[in-house]
Amino acid sequence: MYKNFFRYLISAIFLLGFSVNSNADFKVGFVYVGPTGDHGWTFQHHEGRNAVEAAGIKTTFVESVPEGADAERVIRQLAQSGHDLIFTTSFGYMDPTNKVAKDFPNVKFEHATGYKREHSNVSTYSARFYEGRTLLGHIAGKMTKTNTIGYIASFPIPEVIRGINAMTLAAQKVNPNIKTKIVWVFTWYDPGKEAEAAQALIDQGADVIMQHTDSTAPVQTAEKAGVWSFGQASDMQRFAPKSILTSIIDDWAPYYVERAIAARDGTWNQQDTWHGLKEGMVAMGPYNSAMGADLVKEVEQLQKDLASGKVHSFTGPIYDQKGNILVAEGKVADDGMLAGMSVYVKGVEGDIPK
Amino acid sequence: MSLDISFIGILIGSIMASSVPLILAASGELITERSGVLNLGVEGMMIIGAISGFALMVITDNLFIAIVGSMFSGVIISLIFGFLTQSLLTNHVATGLALTIFGIGLSAMLGKNFVGIPGKEFPILFSSLRESIPFFGPILFGHSIVLYFAFALPFLTNYFLKKTKLGLVVRAVGDSPVSASNQGINVITVRYCCILYGGAMCGLAGAYLSLIYTPQWIENMTAGRGWIALALVVFATWSPIKVLIGALIFGGITILQLHMQAIGFRIPVQFLSALPYLMTIIVLVVISRDSRKIKLNTPTSLGRIFYKEK
Repeated sequence: MYKNFFRYLISAIFLLGFSVNSNADFKVGFVYVGPTGDHGWTFQHHEGRNAVEAAGIKTTFVESVPEGADAERVIRQLAQSGHDLIFTTSFGYMDPTNKVAKDFPNVKFEHATGYKREHSNVSTYSARFYEGRTLLGHIAGKMTKTNTIGYIASFPIPEVIRGINAMTLAAQKVNPNIKTKIVWVFTWYDPGKEAEAAQALIDQGADVIMQHTDSTAPVQTAEKAGVWSFGQASDMQRFAPKSILTSIIDDWAPYYVERAIAARDGTWNQQDTWHGLKEGMVAMGPYNSAMGADLVKEVEQLQKDLASGKVHSFTGPIYDQKGNILVAEGKVADDGMLAGMSVYVKGVEGDIPK
Repeated sequence: MSLDISFIGILIGSIMASSVPLILAASGELITERSGVLNLGVEGMMIIGAISGFALMVITDNLFIAIVGSMFSGVIISLIFGFLTQSLLTNHVATGLALTIFGIGLSAMLGKNFVGIPGKEFPILFSSLRESIPFFGPILFGHSIVLYFAFALPFLTNYFLKKTKLGLVVRAVGDSPVSASNQGINVITVRYCCILYGGAMCGLAGAYLSLIYTPQWIENMTAGRGWIALALVVFATWSPIKVLIGALIFGGITILQLHMQAIGFRIPVQFLSALPYLMTIIVLVVISRDSRKIKLNTPTSLGRIFYKEK
């Protein structure tokens, strides 16, 4: 009789523990590359986390985690401390994420902007920011007087190169004389250096500044110098109300909520998600009225066409810098090519740092 | 590509502006180190100065209060370091590192409500002269008062250390605290003063970033400048004038390499990015080859704990 009693007791505890574990104890962890107050990349991921929290799921986050050895330690720590789903939100977390995923098969991992899914518990997700860059290129091509666009780039990864190419192609379409000047700062976040890079580009004749870094310093520098600029990752309009023509806004919230609920309910599976204007993962900030009503209308139409798929950012013919054909006439670049993009298109100056 | 004479003037002006935080922080740390105290908390004190300055500017709408307040906040936070290392005799290196981590965390917490508020225009001096005189105009005029102060500071520091009695006291305390103590100098008090002074200068350096250079508050906006300032002090072999030279070279090459990229020089970009660090070290090592002088300037008991036996 006691034997049975114990058996019931143990199974009751087990069931209780299991049910607690599957609901109340479900925890989601986030690893950020910058501070949550950067008002750019990390800020938007943090907004996504807030949405998950609002959906009634417990979350924790670690901010300003350097890419590299530190990242692995932080991810491992999150996995060990009972997190069931971990979002690692920077490209440089790719290898650490996969390494930790191997040791924690029961924890689910979501890595942003990467392409490695070495284990069945690793998903990747990214946004088609290049669609936003196409819109920026169109606007920049129309707005520039010096025919020089200044581009502050962070690291030579496909994500950044794709943005440069998409922007240049779109700008060339509306203004064949366009030149893209690129400055690599080798950081995602250093307001002082980003401001200096913006100033250098302005001094070299650029009258439209674009950034693939995370702070608001470049748009403020542009505002001071009286040239045009674009917000990056979040709506930066209030930092440079006169200068900003529009912003590319990353909206991770719907995706994060959907994946967190799926993981909690046991319906999570490995995916490679790449959403754009259509799904709303990429959104545009308000268009500056200084662009003029005609251009705003034009750009809004282009935005609709990109979302519906009528227009593709990489439509052939596209040539590389040496004049070799990359995408044939009438074709569009496939996702594989986009994901691994590592050459500049014709019209971009300079070499990609190796 | 425009390389006329007036453009070079503008370039030199922006190089000077970018080296100001390094000059201020390094000059402050230099005095601290000359008194024998190694404070690795420069980055932490700078970031606290940056947020205090910005917050005070937003609250009081008065830039003077903001600047003075940032220096005061640097004093307060360095007082923690002083109390721990001088009164409780903790290890300088560990305490300094802790101060940096503490400063970054505290500034992020204090700054939560100040993110996303645009900064205020900081008044610049002689702006009409800047436009009217080619080449020298942008170099000499049209800067903030803090920049002029920063460029005077290394010379004042040099004079203080070499020509004044108090400077001699600071050096004596840094070289041989025991003999200084036997001479009747209160080593702990001198070191406290030097720590607090270093804190004030680091606070000012941070405020320069958040109020003048990139007028806004964003987390971690000092982005490692404190560490560069620390390295400058060592590579400049504790000489204030060499600190100034090092800071200018560092700021200069940082900006020049960005321009070289924008112009389209076909030099590997990674090399260009590493160039400021490389050149600063090379130049400072070359100009401070005189080992006799190094010995003279190096605070012998740097980082060693001193306590008076009773």
